[in-house]
Amino acid sequence: MKKSWWARVAAVLAGAGFSLCAHAQQEVRIGVLYPLTGPAASVGAELRSALELAADIINNGAPGVSELPLSAGKGLPNLKGAKIKLVFADHQANPQTGATEAERLITQEKVVALVGAYNSAVTATASQIAERAGIPFLNPESSSASLTQRNFKWFFRTTPHDDLFVHNAFDFLKELEAKKGIKAGVVASLNENGLWGTETTKLQTKLAPEFKQNLVKQVMYPAKTTQLTSEVQTLKAANPNLVLQSSYTADAILSIKTYKELGFSPDMILANNAGFTDTDFIKTLGKDADYIITREVWALDLATRNPLIKQVNDLFNSRYKINFTGNSSRTFTGLMVMADAINRAGSTEPEAIRKALAATDMPGSKLIMPWKGVKFDATGQNTLGQGILVQIVGGKYNTVWPFDMASREVTWPMPKWDQRK
Amino acid sequence: MTTEILLQTLASGVLIGLIYALVAIGLTMIFGVMDIVNFAHGEFLMLGMYSAFWLFALYALDPMITLPLTVLMLFGFGVLLYKLVIVRIINAPMLSQIFTTFGIMILLRGVAQFLWKPDFRSIENSAVSGTVKLLGIQLGKPQLVAGVGAIVVTGLIYFFLNKTRLGAALEATASDKEAARLMGIDSHKMFSLAWGIGAACAGAAGVLLSTFFPIFPDVGASFILLAFVVVNLGGFGSVSGAFWAGILVGVIEVMGGLLLGPQYKTAIVLVLFLGVLMFRPQGLMGKA
Repeated sequence: MKKSWWARVAAVLAGAGFSLCAHAQQEVRIGVLYPLTGPAASVGAELRSALELAADIINNGAPGVSELPLSAGKGLPNLKGAKIKLVFADHQANPQTGATEAERLITQEKVVALVGAYNSAVTATASQIAERAGIPFLNPESSSASLTQRNFKWFFRTTPHDDLFVHNAFDFLKELEAKKGIKAGVVASLNENGLWGTETTKLQTKLAPEFKQNLVKQVMYPAKTTQLTSEVQTLKAANPNLVLQSSYTADAILSIKTYKELGFSPDMILANNAGFTDTDFIKTLGKDADYIITREVWALDLATRNPLIKQVNDLFNSRYKINFTGNSSRTFTGLMVMADAINRAGSTEPEAIRKALAATDMPGSKLIMPWKGVKFDATGQNTLGQGILVQIVGGKYNTVWPFDMASREVTWPMPKWDQRK
Repeated sequence: MTTEILLQTLASGVLIGLIYALVAIGLTMIFGVMDIVNFAHGEFLMLGMYSAFWLFALYALDPMITLPLTVLMLFGFGVLLYKLVIVRIINAPMLSQIFTTFGIMILLRGVAQFLWKPDFRSIENSAVSGTVKLLGIQLGKPQLVAGVGAIVVTGLIYFFLNKTRLGAALEATASDKEAARLMGIDSHKMFSLAWGIGAACAGAAGVLLSTFFPIFPDVGASFILLAFVVVNLGGFGSVSGAFWAGILVGVIEVMGGLLLGPQYKTAIVLVLFLGVLMFRPQGLMGKA
């Protein structure tokens, strides 16, 4: 019968396919899930370059980066020199698409592990699929704290999350007083009232007394607003020395303009990334952006303290004509950590890879990040990661904290608006 | 809380309220004359801002100098939009009209993003920058100039509507289309005039805002919701109603935010709005 004949042919072909796969042990297939099109496409393109560089260093080697793990160019030595094969999937910054693509990578592309997915919302859905399928999922750059609060067994995150970043701000204030003798004084906060700003506000309320900071006023506002007059007047009435601020781009710009308009000059604005590190922030505000301190995850001037950063960035720049950013450096690091774990596992069995990931203990000297290293806790969160603080001076971001990585001394207080040249 | 802060906040509220008023006047005009709700109105404002930005960035012309030029351009754009698109849906069901202007909104936003990228721009060091001290309160010069500009433009429109024959014809069309047509008033001409003036008002507001508000393709979204509230509050189609309602909304938003907490500022405005809808559905100065 025709039908059963076809079925038999199909079965034979499938069998042949499987045996071919079994023989092709020279390749370790890692699924990488990123926004290659859609609203975050420009970031996606950057991350793709970082991933390709990492895979190429492992597979073919690169000169002058001997500190980097697996940089000899012999593939994964414990898997008979197997090469890394990246299987790209595009989630378009859409959580639904992210889940479908994760499913496809696992069931059809037969990847042994997943790395992704930049957008926190997509990481959430895609890692759920990996959890169900029992495939290790490593997230290098999504910062929503809730991702590692789900008790997942197969989920690992190398980047510090939002809560840690808020914590970092208070660590900084403590060290500032202890090591530089600068007291923050009266503190107020201005946060947008979305999920991120609300979580930040709650955490600040909790941390301020623990760190003995005098937090007198917390103002929240809608990010899509036409004016920030009442917010700034409320701050002004509280008369703080330090403002902790979490804003997106348009509202960050508007807030600084309103501070200036209403003559509100605190000693310092300590911002929480987002709008304050958008390239448009300095461009639109010019000298009014100067002296603001903001949290960051990475900065090029870290290279002055860690030569590996310059070496890897030079490789990246010579190939793609762009420098690393906080995003691409973290994605690069994520793939490196995953490759190192697969190598230590000496196997492409998911369970073996998961165990190797859980046992990861990579020192900071082997990373291009300003971290103490990579070591995961039971929730899969890297406990050795930390943010940095950069201060804008002369229209550039300069690392000022942690003090042992600083390229510049902190300038505190910042000059009042009408005393700027 | 000192009297100084209260006074300063009040002044800021009036100044931003004048901008709301100018945006809303354009919106209420189109509605009053044609009974069409223009969802693309915020995008007219956005175009006004970009016009000011590019004339400043490319030719170093100050927004205050290019204001008349932008107003003319937006007037032309409004008329063109009427002749190309709106004229086809005058007698269409309301849903079609809503979707048409809504579509124009999305189109304009998309085109702006395509042509000018989603970057945030701003006009630095225009002729009006810095602050002034008036009676012990500190005000931004750009805001002050914007407020004065809004009053001037509103005054011109008020004069036009009440003291000129063309204005009277427009008012006549607004109050009764059929009767106006019987009197020999060309309603198409009046409709395109309404679209022109409506777009020009939003454009003027955009230029006045451009010296102190970041410029980006979605900027209209922040203003359009408030503009609808102002139009409702003032009474659909009422220019003077929109003017006073704009100031009222600005003051209530800012003062309410200061006194009750900034997180409630939008809620306070909308509660007031609901209250007016309940007890005076025709708006503060609208005709029943």
